[in-house]
Amino acid sequence: MRQWVLFALLLVAASAHSQSVTGVDKRRSGADFMAASTQAMQKDDTLNPGMLWVKDGEALWQKPTGQSQKSCASCHTPSSMKGVASRYPDFDDVLKRPITLSQRINQCRQKHQQTDPLRAESQDLLSLESFVAHQSRGMPVAPPDDKRLDTFRERGQQRYTQRMGQLNLSCAQCHDSNAGGRLGSSQIPQAHPTGYPVYRLEWQSLGSLQRRLRNCMSGVRAEPFAYGAQELVELELHLAVRAKGMLVETPGVRP
Amino acid sequence: MARTLINAPKTAKRGDVIEIRATIGHPMETGFRPDENGKILPRNIIQNFSCRYNGELVFSAEMFSAVSANPYLAFHTVATESGTLALTWEGDNGFSQTENISLSVVA
Repeated sequence: MRQWVLFALLLVAASAHSQSVTGVDKRRSGADFMAASTQAMQKDDTLNPGMLWVKDGEALWQKPTGQSQKSCASCHTPSSMKGVASRYPDFDDVLKRPITLSQRINQCRQKHQQTDPLRAESQDLLSLESFVAHQSRGMPVAPPDDKRLDTFRERGQQRYTQRMGQLNLSCAQCHDSNAGGRLGSSQIPQAHPTGYPVYRLEWQSLGSLQRRLRNCMSGVRAEPFAYGAQELVELELHLAVRAKGMLVETPGVRP
Repeated sequence: MARTLINAPKTAKRGDVIEIRATIGHPMETGFRPDENGKILPRNIIQNFSCRYNGELVFSAEMFSAVSANPYLAFHTVATESGTLALTWEGDNGFSQTENISLSVVA
């Protein structure tokens, strides 16, 4: 009996984050786990507080900055940003490692606008990131088919299933094995990063995926990796693979 | 200038009840929270919201420390004549912002 239960649990774990044998996609966005009122908030652009950041980002997009006095709009059109956020993290040819969308924005600032990078989680960086990611809303998450990313993805997957912190829990134990269950009063979602940067009601603010990952880490009493740390980028890479084909919702609202 | 998201109809029939929904970007710092050095952050909230329809007050609300950041308000009024709805938020540190929306009323 006990062995059978264990086997069943393993089966559930194996099929929780990918398509099951019957071909039905069992993956669900975090939005599906929310109360109807929170879903309504995300759906309506005049209710979604994340749109405040998108609007800010739109203004920053036009603003000439740095020594070159170039704005983002001097080189890019907003429509050319369609599908960019659904691709990231992507491999950087110069750094020879994957970088996130916010790191890419800061690269542009340093190289082309010739100014200082924006601080992680700063209002301006979140605004620009949400404006860029908003252009991909409704498009499927499409992690690039790049062999150079494989080793980083493997490390991300390893980290996802590795226990950490004083509570000794891995990401997979909650988000694969117990997704849909409850942790205290809140439902455990399947951890698909489709709405980032999200407006989280608990934060009363917009925040990046890395902020969310660090949140989970302090939740299991582990020391969170620093913003921009390679470990977090690799986790993001793995999450993007898990969420491949799901639709981008930026700016998402989460409880 | 704080950012706002306002949703209101541009046109309405005379006598129609219209809904106005407004969100404003504001930290609504309660005045009770310590910063990372343990010092209490000074209160910074919106205290008052009002909506004037061609100068006449049709809706107002008081807000306090327990109201969330980026407060959202929805309210109704009756479309009587074409004109302007002036939404005003006022608060600590001399915060004051007015957004005007125009409404045209057809018979």
